[in-house]
Amino acid sequence: MAKAKTRVKVPKSVKKGEVFEAKALIKHKMETGQRKDRKTGEKVPRFIINKFTAEYNGKQVFASDWHPAIAANPFISFHAKASESGTMVFKWTDDKGKTVEASAKVNVA
Amino acid sequence: MINKLEMQPVTRRDLLRYAGTGALAAVAAGLLPAMAQADAKMMADAMKKLIGDKKPTDGKITLELPQIAENGRTVPIGFEVDSPMTDADHVKSVHIFADGNPRPDVASFHFTPQSGTAKVGVRIRLAKTQNIVALAEMSDGSVYMGKAPVKVTIGGCGG
Repeated sequence: MAKAKTRVKVPKSVKKGEVFEAKALIKHKMETGQRKDRKTGEKVPRFIINKFTAEYNGKQVFASDWHPAIAANPFISFHAKASESGTMVFKWTDDKGKTVEASAKVNVA
Repeated sequence: MINKLEMQPVTRRDLLRYAGTGALAAVAAGLLPAMAQADAKMMADAMKKLIGDKKPTDGKITLELPQIAENGRTVPIGFEVDSPMTDADHVKSVHIFADGNPRPDVASFHFTPQSGTAKVGVRIRLAKTQNIVALAEMSDGSVYMGKAPVKVTIGGCGG
């Protein structure tokens, strides 16, 4: 998962106090643990991203726990209130405890 | 499900009427989905695990769902909870459930007053036509519920 492809987006610039939308996408097959291997007939073990969090200037603004019902290549959009210019850090954690981070600059005008 | 079927009194006339493929199809249709979906107890357990014995009140949650999802592998859903999102009065968490999936719990989202609004969009898997249930936990401990159906043309849980 270390090289997982991610795409994150926040608006180019926001006004102080404005609530803005942040979007995040990661490439991951999100194996549910329900699917069977066609050749062997055995269940493919579960392997998903179970946690996604976002920190804005070091402070957590959004967190979520995911179950296997989250689609492959999970997309999520959420909101945050603009306080000061800084960084939004997006963090995904998978079943094996590995994490991937991506960040986006927030410009508060 | 099996017990229910056996408990119905079956007369000789019924047997004759339903004899053949019709009966087999009815049994298959009744049993197979039941094995692959969450039953009411699983749903209740999943909800209890997250909100305890609190009784949810209807309202405050707006669910944005497609009326018909052509592909259950990726269904865009969204919700918004009506709240001022201040330190004193904000949404703490929102839990999403799908009552027709093999496991009813879909995801939980946690907010802070810095979230500004409790509005989220996400893409989920749906095994079949079913209800989406959202529970919102507020900072004062109250719980609100929203529920809406989604029609699914092709299920999305693999086979």
